[in-house]
Amino acid sequence: MKTVIFYNGRIIDPASTDTPHRDEIWVAGGSIVSAAGTAPADALRCDLQGKWIVPGLIDMHVHLREPGEEYKETIASGTAAAAAGGFTAVACMPNTTPVNDCASVTRNILEKARGCRARVYPVGSISARSEGKALADYGEMKEAGAVALSDDGLPVVDSQLMRRALEYSASYKMRVISHSEESSLSRNGCMNEGETSTLLGLKGIPAAAEAIMVFREIALAELTGVAVHIAHVSTAASLSLIGEAKKRGVAVTAETAPHYFTLTDEAVLGYNSNAKMNPPLRSTTDREAVREALANGTLDAIATDHAPHSNLEKEVEFSLAANGIIGLETALPLSLEMVRQGYITAEKMIELLSVSPAAILGVAGGSLAVGAPADITVIDPEKRYRFSRDSILSSSANSPFLDWQLQGKAVLTMVEGRITHSILSELSEFSEFNEAGR
Amino acid sequence: MDTEYAFRHRHILGIDQFSEADIYHILQTARSFKEISNRSIKKVPILRGKTIINLFFEPSTRTRLSFEIAAKRMSADTFNISASASSAAKGETLIDTAKNLQAMNPDIVIMRHAYSGSPHLLTKHIDASIINAGDGTHQHPSQGLLDMLTVLENKGKIEGLKIAIIGDIAHSRVARSDIMGFTRLGAVVHVAGPATFIPPGIDKLGARVCTTIKEAVRDADVVMALRIQRERQNDPLIPSLREYATFFGINRKLLENAKEDALIMHPGPINRGVEMSPDVADGPQSVILDQVTNGVAVRMALLYLVLGGDKHSAEGK
Repeated sequence: MKTVIFYNGRIIDPASTDTPHRDEIWVAGGSIVSAAGTAPADALRCDLQGKWIVPGLIDMHVHLREPGEEYKETIASGTAAAAAGGFTAVACMPNTTPVNDCASVTRNILEKARGCRARVYPVGSISARSEGKALADYGEMKEAGAVALSDDGLPVVDSQLMRRALEYSASYKMRVISHSEESSLSRNGCMNEGETSTLLGLKGIPAAAEAIMVFREIALAELTGVAVHIAHVSTAASLSLIGEAKKRGVAVTAETAPHYFTLTDEAVLGYNSNAKMNPPLRSTTDREAVREALANGTLDAIATDHAPHSNLEKEVEFSLAANGIIGLETALPLSLEMVRQGYITAEKMIELLSVSPAAILGVAGGSLAVGAPADITVIDPEKRYRFSRDSILSSSANSPFLDWQLQGKAVLTMVEGRITHSILSELSEFSEFNEAGR
Repeated sequence: MDTEYAFRHRHILGIDQFSEADIYHILQTARSFKEISNRSIKKVPILRGKTIINLFFEPSTRTRLSFEIAAKRMSADTFNISASASSAAKGETLIDTAKNLQAMNPDIVIMRHAYSGSPHLLTKHIDASIINAGDGTHQHPSQGLLDMLTVLENKGKIEGLKIAIIGDIAHSRVARSDIMGFTRLGAVVHVAGPATFIPPGIDKLGARVCTTIKEAVRDADVVMALRIQRERQNDPLIPSLREYATFFGINRKLLENAKEDALIMHPGPINRGVEMSPDVADGPQSVILDQVTNGVAVRMALLYLVLGGDKHSAEGK
C-alpha cells in the first residue's frame, strides 16, 4: 500500500516524546515513518479534521471462546468486533475448551488468528486445566506465543500455588493476572450484595469477596517481589488496597471494565441477565471510586472482559444465567464518556486503553513513535449513533448497552499498516475487509 | 367507590407493582367473594370457560390448593403441573415450557419457582396472565395480600398499625411482600431476628430493623413469625433450631410486650415449638386459619381482576 499521511487530526500519543513537534503521522511499509522528508508523489493524504489519531487500542482481557465454544464467538468474529471497536490487539483468556494450558492450544489459537483483524495475544492458564492444583507449563506456552498467565473466571484458591505461580512466572517475564474472588463468600451469589439484591431476592456477592483476595495477591506480590495484575476491579475497597500498595512500592497493576464505571447494580432490576457478570455491577459508591481511580493512577488499564454468550446461556432464570457481557464494540464510547464528564483527559484514556496494556503485557504498540509498527486508531469523538443489535460484529449480542445512544467511534483501525476497519471515505477502498452496509 | 379507578395489571409479579388504591381494590373484591365460599353450592360462573394452569416447580400444598379452589369456585378449568411431572427434569428450558403452554392457549398461568424473577422471564414469552405464587426469595404477592386482608378484617384498618415480623427475613418471599404491602398502606413494619437473617438494605424497602425481638414486638398490633429452614445452601445461618427457639421463638412471655389484642400470624407451615410455641399458635389471638380462609378469597379476586373482571361485570350490569 502507498504511504499514508494523516494530517489535521489531534495526535494523542502520551508515550512518545516527539509528539509535540508533529502535526502529521506518516505510515509506510507497515510502520510509522518520519514526517520530516518529502512525501512520495503518490502518497495518500487523509484529512482527520475533528478526529483523534491514537496508538491502536489494546484490550488485555477478552474471551474469544475458540476453541470449544465457537457458537458464542470465534477468533475471526471476536477480532472483527475488536477492529470495529478501535482495538488493534486483544489478549484472550485461557478458559476455552480445552483450557489454554499448553503449547499446542496456544499455537492453535495463534494459527486461527493469522489473517484476522487484530493481533491476538494468548493468555495461558496459571494452573493445569485451570484446576488450581498444579502449575501449567509456562515455558512452552511462552515459546508458543503466550504473553501472560491467568485462571480467569476462577480464583486460584490455594495461596501456595499462587505464590509459586508468581515466582515461577518471573523467569519467563509473563505477568500473572488474578481473578480476585474469595469463593466461599461469593458462593451461589449472582449479583452485588446490597439493597437491590434484597429487593430482587437474589443472593448477593459482597464487595469483601473481591477485596479479601486482592489483599492476598498484594501480600504475595510483596512476599515474592514479583508483579501481579488484578483483573476487572469493581469495588472501592479493592481500589483502596491497590492504591495503598502502590504507594508502598508493591509491584501491582490493575484494570477495570467499562461496565464498572458506567453502570451500577440497579441495571439488574427486571432480572436483566445482560447485566450479570462476575464480579457483579456494584453500588454507586463503588462506581464513583472506579471513576476516580481511572484518573489517579490506581487503575492502569481499561479492559473489556468481553464475554460472549448466546441466548442459551442468557435467556434463562437469572440465577442460572451465565456471567459476562460483550464489550469490544462499546468500550471506546463509554471511556470517552468519562473524558466528557471530566474524570479523565483524552491522554489518560489512551494510557488506559493502549500504553499501559502494552507495557503490562510486554507487547508492541502503545506508541506512535517513528519506527513503531503502524497500529493506529482514528477516533471521531463526536459521532453519535445507536448501538443496535444489527451493527454488532461479535457473534453474540449479550450487552446491557443495546439500544443506547453512544457518542464517539473508531472510524479507522490499522494493524501494521493494514486497514482492519474503516468508515473513513478516503481509505475505505483500501480496507481488506468488506464492511458494506455498516 | 371511586368510579375513576381501574385495575390495570395483567400480571401479578410483586406487591411493589401496586398502588394503595390497587391493594384496597383487591382486598375489597376479595371480601365481596368471601361469601361464595360459605354457600352450600360453592360455585359461581364468573370464569366459566377460562383455562388456568398451576405451574409449580417447587413443592407446595397450601398455595397450590388455595389457587385451585379459588379457580374452581369461579368455574374455571384448572390443570396442575408439578415439578416432578414437569419438563424441567427432562432438561427443557423455562422458555420452552412457556412456549409449549402458550400453544395450548391458557388464560392464566400461576407459577411457583425456586428462582427469583422466573415469572418475570415467563411474561416475556407467554400471552397469558402470569400470577407469581412465590419465586425464590423474591415475593409471594398473594400471601402478602391475604395477610393484609386478615389484618384489615380483624383490626378494621391497616394505616398506623405496628406490625412485627420475626424470623428469616433474608430468605423469605413472604416478608418482602408483607413489608412492601403493609408499608404502602401506612402501617409501620418492624423486623427482627438473628443478624444472619436480616438482609442488607431491608430498611430501604420500608422495614425498621430492631436489634431484639422484644423491641420489635413492643406495643405491636400484629406479630408474625416466619418459617425457619435450618439448612440453606451450605450457609451456616443459625447453630440449631433449639437455640433459635430459645432466643427468637414467639412465646407467651414475649407477647406480654405486644398489645393485649395483638394478632398472631404465620404464613405456614409452622414448625411448632421452633418459631412459635404451640400455645401461641393455637391461642385466642391467633388468626393463622383466617389467613388460610382469606387466601382463597384473595386468589379468587386476583384471578378475576387479571382477566379484566371489573369490565365484564360493569357490562353485565
